[in-house]
Amino acid sequence: MRELALHILDIAENSISAGADKIRISVSERVNDDILEIVIEDNGKGMDPETLSGITDPFITSRTTRKVGLGIPFLKAAAEACDGTFDIQSSVGYGTTVQATFKHSHIDRMPLGDISGTMQTLIIGTPEVNWVFEYHTDAGSFVFDDKPIKDTLDGVPLSEPAVMRFIREMLDEGIQSLHQQVADTITSGH
Amino acid sequence: MASVKSLDDLKRIREEALKKQQLKETSGKTEVIVGMGTVGIAAGARETLKAILEMIETENLGDIIVRQTGNIGLDSFEPIVQVALPGEEKVTYGKVNPEMARQIIKEHVVGGNIVTEYQIRG
Ligand SMILES: Nc1ncnc2c1ncn2[C@@H]1O[C@H](COP(=O)(O)OP(=O)(O)O)[C@@H](O)[C@H]1O
Ligand SMILES: [Mg+2]
Repeated sequence: MRELALHILDIAENSISAGADKIRISVSERVNDDILEIVIEDNGKGMDPETLSGITDPFITSRTTRKVGLGIPFLKAAAEACDGTFDIQSSVGYGTTVQATFKHSHIDRMPLGDISGTMQTLIIGTPEVNWVFEYHTDAGSFVFDDKPIKDTLDGVPLSEPAVMRFIREMLDEGIQSLHQQVADTITSGH
Repeated sequence: MASVKSLDDLKRIREEALKKQQLKETSGKTEVIVGMGTVGIAAGARETLKAILEMIETENLGDIIVRQTGNIGLDSFEPIVQVALPGEEKVTYGKVNPEMARQIIKEHVVGGNIVTEYQIRG
């Protein structure tokens, strides 16, 4: 995949399939520490230790041929190719947390890409999940939680055109103004 | 960080949506589903879905539910889009790029005519 935002979308799909009704996506660009970290945390059904140990390696096959997933191995390989790390914690009945880090300045690190498009896809396309999106930088943070939006809408669907526009603009403006803050910090030399 | 958008804006949006709903007879909603498995995402499914959202927004198309779902199971035809008009059977389209998605919304979702050239028949 060409963007970290596409990996994030793919990993979040696992959380939806696991029946999560709350999913938190966090992106941290800590340029001062030269780290980009992504975390996807869900309250879905989780995995037992045996499943967990098998999924990061697409080449592990058991006697009973099982369909091997690619999403998690893809992200793990991408992180490790950028001097990063990959970790999954999971607990049956409680949920799963996927964490990947990348060396921010690594030449092979994919751009974050269209994270707003990824969040719109997830929020509008899976309205039964409570989505939390956090974007942290050295200059500040943007946090988006769709719960107050849904509470305010009180039954009016998210796919109502004016609601879609509201959500899109909220995400775009939040991300853009955070990028502006980062740029301002750099030019002012802090 | 304070956002320019406020929940008061959203309350107004809600009230207008409710007014609109009252004027319309309950004709049911059209469902548009985009497959968002790993293969679909790699083939551009997010861009296909975004084109659909953009079209709904700019053309102000009400009564459409857009959903994304995991693997639909037709890997070689990704991105996959399915359309179900109210009370009608689901129609499956394959290899749908943003351009084709806009055409499907215009001709099928709005116009009621299946775009047979993009249709996958099982
Ligand atoms: N968040 C999660 N919660 C529960 N199970 C998960 C989660 N993420 C991954 N899994 C399990 O790991 C498997 C492999 O995931 P992945 O590599 O993304 O491939 P795929 O989604 O195509 O199966 C999934 O099929 C699922 O059984
Ligand atoms: Mg997956």
